[in-house]
Amino acid sequence: MSEAELIRILASIIIQSAPLMIAVCGEVITERAGVVNLSLDGTMLMTAMAGFVIALQTDSVLTGFLVAAVIGALFAFIVAFGSIRLRQSQVAIGFVLTLLGDDLSAFLGQNYSRMPGPLVEHLGIPLLKDIPVLGPIFFDHDLVVYFAFVLVGITWWFMNRTQPGLHLRGAGERPEAAFARGVDVNRLRYLYTILGGALVGIAGAAYSLDVKLGWSDGHVRGFGWIALAIVIFGGWSPLKGALGAILFGATKALATALQRQFPEVSVVAFNALPWLMMIFVLLVSSSDLTERFITLLPRRLQRPMNRLLRVAPPLALGTRFEEK
Amino acid sequence: MTQAEAKPGDGQGTRWLARIWPLVPIIAALLFTTVLLVIFGASPIESYSAMFQGAFGGQDRTLSVLAFWIPLLLASAGLLVAFTAGLWNIGVEGQIVMGAIAASWVALTVSLPAPLQITLELIAAMAAGALWAALSAVLKTRGKVHEIFSGLALNNLAIILTNYLISGPWQPPEGGSFRGTEPFADAALLTRFADSRLSPLSLLLAAIAIFFVYMALRGTFWGLKLKALGRNAYSAFLLGVSSERQTILAMAFCGALAGLGGAVRVLSWFDSLRQSISGGIGFLALLVVMLASYRVLWVPLIALFFSAVLNGSVTLQLRTQLHSSLGGILTGVMVLFVLLFGDPGKLGIGGGKKGGEAGPMDTATSHVEQSGSGVPGAD
Repeated sequence: MSEAELIRILASIIIQSAPLMIAVCGEVITERAGVVNLSLDGTMLMTAMAGFVIALQTDSVLTGFLVAAVIGALFAFIVAFGSIRLRQSQVAIGFVLTLLGDDLSAFLGQNYSRMPGPLVEHLGIPLLKDIPVLGPIFFDHDLVVYFAFVLVGITWWFMNRTQPGLHLRGAGERPEAAFARGVDVNRLRYLYTILGGALVGIAGAAYSLDVKLGWSDGHVRGFGWIALAIVIFGGWSPLKGALGAILFGATKALATALQRQFPEVSVVAFNALPWLMMIFVLLVSSSDLTERFITLLPRRLQRPMNRLLRVAPPLALGTRFEEK
Repeated sequence: MTQAEAKPGDGQGTRWLARIWPLVPIIAALLFTTVLLVIFGASPIESYSAMFQGAFGGQDRTLSVLAFWIPLLLASAGLLVAFTAGLWNIGVEGQIVMGAIAASWVALTVSLPAPLQITLELIAAMAAGALWAALSAVLKTRGKVHEIFSGLALNNLAIILTNYLISGPWQPPEGGSFRGTEPFADAALLTRFADSRLSPLSLLLAAIAIFFVYMALRGTFWGLKLKALGRNAYSAFLLGVSSERQTILAMAFCGALAGLGGAVRVLSWFDSLRQSISGGIGFLALLVVMLASYRVLWVPLIALFFSAVLNGSVTLQLRTQLHSSLGGILTGVMVLFVLLFGDPGKLGIGGGKKGGEAGPMDTATSHVEQSGSGVPGAD
């Protein structure tokens, strides 16, 4: 493998993982506020379809993204409203929305299947893109990819370094304490569920308008679930979540590379990689075996390995909060 | 979840509203799809009559609805048990697929007299479905991976395995068409009723399954243990219920019935292993059980209705070129509506207990809390 080819592969990994990063950030924001929005897969199918169709109709990629964000916010609102106001199961509502989004996208997008359409323009960053090796990998893409990276940084900064971010985490960790400090927990949960949903919507459109161009039935099926798994694997941190997204992008690239290397093995066998990976990463972050494995390591490595691999969900994740 | 038990003695007016409340989701779902049809320039009346014709216009159509109903009913019966234990067995779709694969494997490799052959196929299918489900259960109890995620991954792996088999080792001699294996021998197939896809034997098995589940959940110690686990895992532990054993047992039971459904798909709906062998029946079964809110006796009726809608929407597509996903939208909106507004008690209609009694669906949420979306550290 030549150096140029390696750089090309690494650059494609970055592109592949950008929409996942956006979706993961959205869901991290939602779940850190205490709400599980399980509808990601259906939401992203809907917004991939809607973003593409609207962009094609209006000839404006930006309008496509805006509509996608609104639809993502609407799906998230249903989850928030159903669980907070109507006190129903978040998981059940999210799951039904997943199936509904799948069918709705197939129906509404039926006349736009496999059509050429608009796409996000390539935009290399002057100067930065000329840096050897790093330039072509990170700085020679388009606005969606840059947005994903900036979003990861902003989300981390917002949640860990600002007062509203503290309130957000309070709503998800200790809602009673946050409430006692004057935080309107349920209002915040509405707000961040909807904001997270809007980001998930943008992620869906990022596929159909940038990374996996166009629309067809079930175009981005599965990516929403992968994003949800990455949120857990990333320990509800946007930074580790971004790493997880890149890991999955790399798995995909690896599958493609392996396939080229071993053409005699059936194509479908390599499709199994992301799903095996999903089970594996969840096992690593969750099972007791990892804990035992870490205690076998040298003392000095134990703490950093713990921080890297072990995760704990927000304490009040998925619970209801009632003002007394 | 408890509107069926709304006690007398409530206000007259709201009681009347509570009584017709179950109809509201159906009307809401029909309104929603009607709007979609109008947007796409189709006549709603023509479309719905095409769907109705597709489901009940003629004996062969109705038999098709029944034939589609059977695996759906088998999977739903299994899911009743899993849900009662508080388990979100989304992997049911993959368990159907694995059952279909195992039945196909026996059909392709073994050649016995028909009764033995069929028995072996059905047992293999149930075992494969049960194993696939047990894998999800062990990943949960030992690996602390939430069953939603393991189930989803295992669904996709089962589908990928199917595609691998029909494009590789099991492809027909005339070359890989990517569509399916060659048809199985007649002795390997279930006997079907009057040139239809309906097998009387599978109908009998489905009836036994739903009856068994009804009795098990109603009046056995096993049912009680499952309920205890589903409602409150901690008190179940205090009562001496082994949550690991019950989790694996409930999942494997559900998987076995789903696997049986998969066998019915390959041995009577089709005559070979096909690319999308389940056709979303597992996900549909999840919707059936959610809509039934665990009332076992409602499950066959709702499953039949869903089967009619889905079969009808295939005819709709043939006649009007509209995408057949309309049927899925109709069922999805209906279930969403019931989930959101279906419990009049929670809306303050009909005087049902405010907030409702904690039903298994609620507990399914708290299950996520307890195992922290498949994450450790929570316990």
